[in-house]
Parts: sequence; structure tokens; C-alpha cells
Amino acid sequence: MGFPDRIERTVEIAHPPAKVWAALTTAEGLGTWFGNQASIDLRPGGEAEMKWDEGHQANMRVERVEEPEVFGFTWHIYGLPDEDPRRTYVEFTLVPNGEGTRLTVVESGFSQLPDDAHQVAFEGNTKGWAAELGELIEYLDAA
Amino acid sequence: MPPDNEAIAEQVFVALADPSRRSILATLASGGPATATDLAERLPITRQAIAKHLALLTDAGLVTPEPGERRRVRYRLHSAPMQVAQQFLAALARDWDGPLAALKDHLEGSA
Repeated sequence: MGFPDRIERTVEIAHPPAKVWAALTTAEGLGTWFGNQASIDLRPGGEAEMKWDEGHQANMRVERVEEPEVFGFTWHIYGLPDEDPRRTYVEFTLVPNGEGTRLTVVESGFSQLPDDAHQVAFEGNTKGWAAELGELIEYLDAA
Repeated sequence: MPPDNEAIAEQVFVALADPSRRSILATLASGGPATATDLAERLPITRQAIAKHLALLTDAGLVTPEPGERRRVRYRLHSAPMQVAQQFLAALARDWDGPLAALKDHLEGSA
């Protein structure tokens, strides 16, 4: 299959899961190795945010919190327009490995086809624009 | 995964692989719907070549023909296939190696 839906990476870290967990799930951690600044409300449904000095920002929604094994969140698909409703799901899994941790990250959902609802919303948007432009013209003509 | 996802993305990339088709799509994106004649006036491409490219782009679902003024067909950019291709690019552009290396450095460097 040429269209990747899922990206998976595993890395071995020479620190126990508790320490890795803190780096993944606290504002101090996320704002150090991932972003330049972060905030997180660590509970399912909680909001998290990362900011980078160059102005880029990521907004996440926390989905799974099973300390210190599973941390999952969804975020906007990188590179798609901001108003696009599709999101990918990112899940970190921490497995003790001797003194250290085997950390796996899986990001999935890249191959969601814009579904019918999205398609309708999109077409609706295009038509909405045409209608709004039409109203503007009417307004200007009447003036 | 729906089987036609990859086919849609492929058609986008085939369309974008040709510089003339790229400039036709770019012109429609920046200037809105246009007829083959409009495009021939704006681009250094013959009208015949433009007609051929527009036929291919229409088959690929990247432009939609619609009735225009003086019974000329106008072509409008259809962006849904581009969104599918964008997702493919998003997967390729996603960098986890960089952040994970930074996490490892952060934890092991501070040990």
C-alpha cells in the first residue's frame, strides 16, 4: 500500500517509564524537548498546546491517560488547512525494558478520505461563499 | 482505507508533474474560473495544448467544466482531490525522528 495511514517509531531510552512519562505529559517536559512552550490539562478530553519560537503552534486534545503506560492525544493533521476537521491520533506506549524504557509512538489516521459529511460541508462552504458574494453584490447594487 | 484514496492522490501527482498543467491549475487557483481562451491569453501555452490538458484535468476530477459567457465552457478548480493528496504529503512530512531524538537527548543528556 502506497498511502501511509500509520507512522510508527520505537526508541530505547535509558530511563525508567516514570521519567519518560513526565517528559511526555507535563508542560515542562513537552515545552523542552518537543515545543518551546507548552501547557497541558492531563485528563481525557483535556486540552494541550505546544508553541514554537518561530510562531508555529499545535493544539492537542488528550484522549488516553494510563500512567505510566499509555498516553494518547489527537491533533490537527499537519499541513492541512486549519479549518479541516480531520485529526490524527498519536499514542505513546511505554514498556519497561531493563533499567530503561522502550517508547513507541504511533500516529494514525493519515488516510481518512474526506467523508461524505465533510464533502457536503465543503461543497456547502463553496456554495455559501457564492451565495455571500451574491448577497454582497445585491447589497452594493441596492446602495 | 477506501481503495480509491491512493488512485485520487496519484492523479493529483500525475497532473502536477507537468509544468503546463501546474501553471493551468495555479492560474485557476489564483484567478478563479477561466475558459480555455482566457488561459491561452495568460499562459505561454497554445490553445490546443491547453484544451488537451483541460480534458485530462477534467477526467481526473481536478477541474469542473461549467457554462460560461457567450456559450464558452469555463473551468473551475475542484479542490477535493488536492485535499486527499495533501494527506499523503502530511504523512511524508510528519517528522517523529527529530522529536524522539530530542526526547532521548533531553532525558539522557540531563542524567
